Amino acid sequence: MDQLLQFFISGLTVGSIYALVALGFSIIYNASDVVNFAQGEFVMIGAMSAIFMLKAGIPYPLAIFLAILTSATVGLCLEKFAIEPAKRATVVTTIIITIGASIFLRGAALLIWGKDIYGLPPFTDNTPIHIGRATMLPQNLWVMLGTAFLVIVVKYFFDKTRVGKAILACSYNKKAAYLVGINVKTMLLIAYGLSAALGAVAGVLIAPITFMTYGAGVMLGLKGFCAAILGGMGNSMGAVLGGVILGIVETVGAGFISSGYKDAIAFFVILLVLFFKPSGILGKGEVERV
Amino acid sequence: MRFNKFLVLFSIISFMMFLGSSSSFAKKPLKIGSFLAVTGPASFLGDPELKTLQMYIEEINAKGGVDGHKIEFVHYDTKGKAKEAKNFVNRLIKKDRVDVIIGGTTSGNTLAVIDIVQRAKVPFISLAGSIKIVEPVKKWVFKTPHTDKMAAQKIFEDMKKRGITKIALITGNGGFDKSGRAQCLALAPKYGIKIVADEQYNNSDTDMTTQLTKIRATDAQAILNFGFGKAPAIVAKNAKQLGIKLPIYESHGVASKKFIELAGDAANGIRLPAAALIVADQLPDTDPQKSVLLSYKKKFEAKYGPVSTFGGHAYDALFIVVNAVKRAGVIDRAKIRDEIEKTKGFVGTGGVFNMSPTDHLGLGLDAFKMIEIQNGKWKLLY
Repeated sequence: MDQLLQFFISGLTVGSIYALVALGFSIIYNASDVVNFAQGEFVMIGAMSAIFMLKAGIPYPLAIFLAILTSATVGLCLEKFAIEPAKRATVVTTIIITIGASIFLRGAALLIWGKDIYGLPPFTDNTPIHIGRATMLPQNLWVMLGTAFLVIVVKYFFDKTRVGKAILACSYNKKAAYLVGINVKTMLLIAYGLSAALGAVAGVLIAPITFMTYGAGVMLGLKGFCAAILGGMGNSMGAVLGGVILGIVETVGAGFISSGYKDAIAFFVILLVLFFKPSGILGKGEVERV
Repeated sequence: MRFNKFLVLFSIISFMMFLGSSSSFAKKPLKIGSFLAVTGPASFLGDPELKTLQMYIEEINAKGGVDGHKIEFVHYDTKGKAKEAKNFVNRLIKKDRVDVIIGGTTSGNTLAVIDIVQRAKVPFISLAGSIKIVEPVKKWVFKTPHTDKMAAQKIFEDMKKRGITKIALITGNGGFDKSGRAQCLALAPKYGIKIVADEQYNNSDTDMTTQLTKIRATDAQAILNFGFGKAPAIVAKNAKQLGIKLPIYESHGVASKKFIELAGDAANGIRLPAAALIVADQLPDTDPQKSVLLSYKKKFEAKYGPVSTFGGHAYDALFIVVNAVKRAGVIDRAKIRDEIEKTKGFVGTGGVFNMSPTDHLGLGLDAFKMIEIQNGKWKLLY
């Protein structure tokens, strides 16, 4: 029973990291139906720039703020110089562009920050919190809190704000959105900037737990992508649900079956879900437009 | 006729002068070829290796070369890919016609080219870890780094001393981890040690509390984590988080300052076997390695920054070759090979090398030092 509780809590902490990354996918997806494979790199850039600004002597909160700004700028540049010039590109072509961008960003990070592994100090005290015989770190709470906060922000943004609604409109029908006076170009730019900023927040929150390298974005992006697919692409609640399920399946699978097959078990569950519900747990079914 | 005689004499003299001069300033160069993973995932190994080779070859040439033979250095970057390694080794042998090859940063790269160097009959000193490179012995292949088998033996010896008989093994999914795990599983029974848990993680995982929770539920007396990179630091932190008080052993894969930096105070009390380089200043003055280590460390750090044991393996390989060439007296692949095999009592950064026809590594278990991390610093135990 003690073990099960710890597995559950470990799953929740890992899952909230996946959820946080998964959340970043939803904005660009909602704006253009594109899965941005450079999302993991946004996470990495956020964490790495915070780490190096902190090293340069900038106070922690300011360093975090500047890191988010840096990542957002990278997101804006990506849209302006890589996505926008390929105006007529199909969704698949654009996805391939983002893959290229992710390789480029990783290379740039390697040149700027080197190959070393870095960590961030935890936000607050590092004494483990005990729940029965199970434990978790205060930083895990920060991650969960951050995830919860961002879910609400993202949901509010798409449901209530004009810009959010305009972005959604672009994804439904670009031409119609343009005709009713929405500046499609600007909306896409905003989507990339926001999504990069969201990635950076994730990076800063998880860096104290997992450490960062120039290449850490790949695996984080992949796990986040799995979580997003599992929960339903573009749905912020789905991202969280997908992340938490993925995390718990991984830890319980590792705990009770075999830690060597941890990822295999998780991917098997994802395949199973997608087999029965291809649009993800909370995803809306594909609607064929006639 | 007199004139003719004079001409013959003159031409003979000038010809002899020409011979003499050519042999004094154009002695045949020693061509050393190298293929290292300077970029890519194993760059933390290949990068210091290349820097070390370049630094010392420059120094040797500035002093006039090896017995007058200047070293010509040809280098290719494999990026850690086995296929590239094969291509480059073929090029080194056929096009660059090198006399000796030093390189093959990773075990994968080295094992991929063994057939080629064996067939071409070129002496090759590998800088990779796996025991498979020299066991069974291959005529033309040598290596300088310690093996994972030695690390496992050293750890088990220390456990035996402390009376530990039941351990939990936790390893990653990388090549180094898997090979280390296999050695641990194979060797443990010989030391009377029972492995009661055999957990694994993915090297890019963010959390290992699940595996450690399972270990906590067993009756293990110690935890052995064979791995490198950030994962062992997460293992250390997670163990502390879970309040696990068991002694933790790491492999030589974490013998860098980075591990202590990442794991923070969770690193304290962890033991690991490592090359003497990281505790060079703690060695007794009587230790023959001390002066070699300190001089290497000083030179490397003056030029490039913090030293790592990996560059040291390249130092050992280079000077084993240089000494072999000196003894051989000629630049000849077969003779150089024979002399490398006769290396005796060479004090390198990895230990004291004594090679033989049956041992192409030549390091004993004493080449590893048992180290404990105390207050965030390496402490030499024995």
